[in-house]
Amino acid sequence: MAMTEGEVFDKVREVLVEALGVDDEEVSPEAKLSSDLGAESIDFLDITFQLEKAFDIKIPRGELVPDNVLNNPEFVQDGRLTEAGLAEVKARMPHVEFGDFDKDPDISKMMDLFTVETIVKYVQSKLG
Amino acid sequence: MQARSVRPGTMCWIINAMRWIWIDKFIEFEPRKRAVAIKNVSLAEEHLHDHWAAQPIMPASLIIEGVAQTGGILVGQAGDFKEKVVLAKISKAVFTDIVRPGDQLTYEVEITNLAPEAAATSGTVRKNGQVIGQVNLMFSHVDQNLAGLKFPEENFVFTGQFERLVAPLLEKADA
Repeated sequence: MAMTEGEVFDKVREVLVEALGVDDEEVSPEAKLSSDLGAESIDFLDITFQLEKAFDIKIPRGELVPDNVLNNPEFVQDGRLTEAGLAEVKARMPHVEFGDFDKDPDISKMMDLFTVETIVKYVQSKLG
Repeated sequence: MQARSVRPGTMCWIINAMRWIWIDKFIEFEPRKRAVAIKNVSLAEEHLHDHWAAQPIMPASLIIEGVAQTGGILVGQAGDFKEKVVLAKISKAVFTDIVRPGDQLTYEVEITNLAPEAAATSGTVRKNGQVIGQVNLMFSHVDQNLAGLKFPEENFVFTGQFERLVAPLLEKADA
């Protein structure tokens, strides 16, 4: 039987509590992984590994967090995503709500696009 | 004692300059899977006289370093020692007993995930055969970091001394 959104959220919360050493109550749907929960780049890999195990899914490299974007001068100039870079990340991250990011596509704020809800949506898409 | 999500900095950068080896030898090595190393704790180690003079105790941080070296060499060998493998995250470190001079520590480390840019390991620490700790770690292959940061070209992690530790077991496996 397919998991409900609530069941997926509960399991994602367990993963985030384990991977980031945060408390249960800090993991709200709108919490940003980087600025609210303190996730760094290595934590995104840890979370990826733990999601694979928790949900028995396979997360291909670069699918949850796109790789080969930030180090590509065609996509990043002066610390900001170029038009091509923005189009690239949007195409590769359909699970992310971009909101006002288009207006100021500063790459230092890119990780803040990932909220707990983003992870839940992504997992749901993988579970079909 | 418990530490979570600690980033231990760049200790690996100074490995070249000093004898920073916290395992004595490998006793088992299954490439890409698991490794077991031992560490004999001796009062000849200077740091034990400062930690503490009246009651020498092996610092937990150095037990973690020993587990990290066991796992780091296991992960490094999986990439034929071409990647620069650095400790990136202490996901979990729990100890239930203290370790004194004369004790023998055994570090058993398994690779739980191995990806092009990183690896995760699960480690069990035993003191004289009894389980006294769990240390789970993440290693980064720094040239493939997601942030796109650049590092020196030379492999400052695997300069020979770590490879020599595991060479006898690998030669035996090849024979």
